[in-house]
Amino acid sequence: MATEAETGLAFHPMDQFVVKPLFRHIEPGTCVPSQNITEGCIRWYEPTNATLWLGLTALAIIALFVFGTRGRAIIPNRVQSIAEMTYGMVYKMLEDICGKEGLKYFPFVMTLFCFIVFSNYLGLLPKSFSTTSQIAVTGVLALMVFLGVTILGFVKNGAHFLGLFWVSSAPLALRPVLALIELISYFVRPVSHSIRLAGNVMAGHAVIKVFAAFGAMLLISPIIGIVVTPLSVLGIVGVYGLEMLVAIIQAYVFTILTCVYLKDALHPSH
Amino acid sequence: MFSLLQAAAPTAAETDTHAAPANAEAAAAAAGHGADAAAHAPAATGHAVEAAGHAEAAGQAVGMPQLDITTFGNQIFWLLVTLAVLYWVLSKVALPRIDAVISDRQGAITGDLMQAEEYKKKAKDAEAAYDKALSDARAEAHKIVAAQKADIQKDLDNAIAKADAEIAARTSESEKRIGAIRDSATADARSVARDVTAELVRAFGGNADQGAIDAAVDARLKGAA
Repeated sequence: MATEAETGLAFHPMDQFVVKPLFRHIEPGTCVPSQNITEGCIRWYEPTNATLWLGLTALAIIALFVFGTRGRAIIPNRVQSIAEMTYGMVYKMLEDICGKEGLKYFPFVMTLFCFIVFSNYLGLLPKSFSTTSQIAVTGVLALMVFLGVTILGFVKNGAHFLGLFWVSSAPLALRPVLALIELISYFVRPVSHSIRLAGNVMAGHAVIKVFAAFGAMLLISPIIGIVVTPLSVLGIVGVYGLEMLVAIIQAYVFTILTCVYLKDALHPSH
Repeated sequence: MFSLLQAAAPTAAETDTHAAPANAEAAAAAAGHGADAAAHAPAATGHAVEAAGHAEAAGQAVGMPQLDITTFGNQIFWLLVTLAVLYWVLSKVALPRIDAVISDRQGAITGDLMQAEEYKKKAKDAEAAYDKALSDARAEAHKIVAAQKADIQKDLDNAIAKADAEIAARTSESEKRIGAIRDSATADARSVARDVTAELVRAFGGNADQGAIDAAVDARLKGAA
């Protein structure tokens, strides 16, 4: 396989995840913070490709939920139906899991769900940048949920929130052990929450890129290419279809876990 | 598959003609952990940074770009901006609007259903009123028919009674006349029989005794009667 790479197949599956400034060319080797070389580093305020796609995500969501519902029609058109069905789905999910008290946090949950769904699908456009493939993005989302839920739990329940870790239905001797396990699993939540999303999105995109690189085989070796190129095109189609599913499923999973964590904060009893 | 991913690193470094294959590997490491590589291999640093730089300049990633913490500040800042905007727009504009539309629709549906229920009730009432009117009309009709029948019966009875009386009167008169006719017929027959008898007796030469003739004729007529 290494010989194929040398003959000219170019595999750059991770290039799509590089954050680049929009209006500035970065000279090579100009960002080495340890040597105080920082002029090539990306500044926190400057617009990058990440900024562009975050903005497009926001615009797409606003287009659906604000312009799509502009008519306020009793009998909705298609766009308004989609907005209403999304609203209904997230609303029902939150209500089913957290009960009526959870509905106070509906805008937050809805924001999370819409952001992830739209980021995932916009990231599937060719040449786009997947914001949800970045651990910085999903990490912030997961930490927001984690900190928010933890603070909310203590504010709402005070010390009773710690009852989440004290399994009162278990035998007394087992409780400290279970408490330790519960505590560890509680703190692992933001890690799994963020890496699950970023990992799923990144893996699919990288695999598509690898298949795409194999697609060029026909240009290098017609004999091998006649077999490999159609297979890799089929592979791209298959993985792309899978990614379409993963995009919605991961958004759903992220949101439903947020609801579950929120339920723990509202009703910490086991 | 994994060896292919690894093979990508040397290919990326090939753009740098100065980089020896050994340096290319250092470049790959330097991109991921620039600081470590610089500290541990000072001699290779120049080449490594240069190679990594070339890789970046060509838009090529070395290692996982997601782990490049120099981009985190930028991403997190813009993410928070985006989320703040989205939260504001959704919570202030979009969600209340959709909520209002959905509850309006629910209200309209409930209102329509209630109205339909009302109309149904009205229809039922109307049907009941119709049925009542129909049965009233039927009863009225029955009453009128009965009254008419009774009237006609009365007239009929009167007429029959009158006719019966007339018939009876006429019958009795006819019987009287028939009786008179019979009486006179009997009297005529008797006188004819007497006359005939008297003539016959005379014709045979006898002397007709009027009294004996009468008695004989009477006896004969009595026997005939």
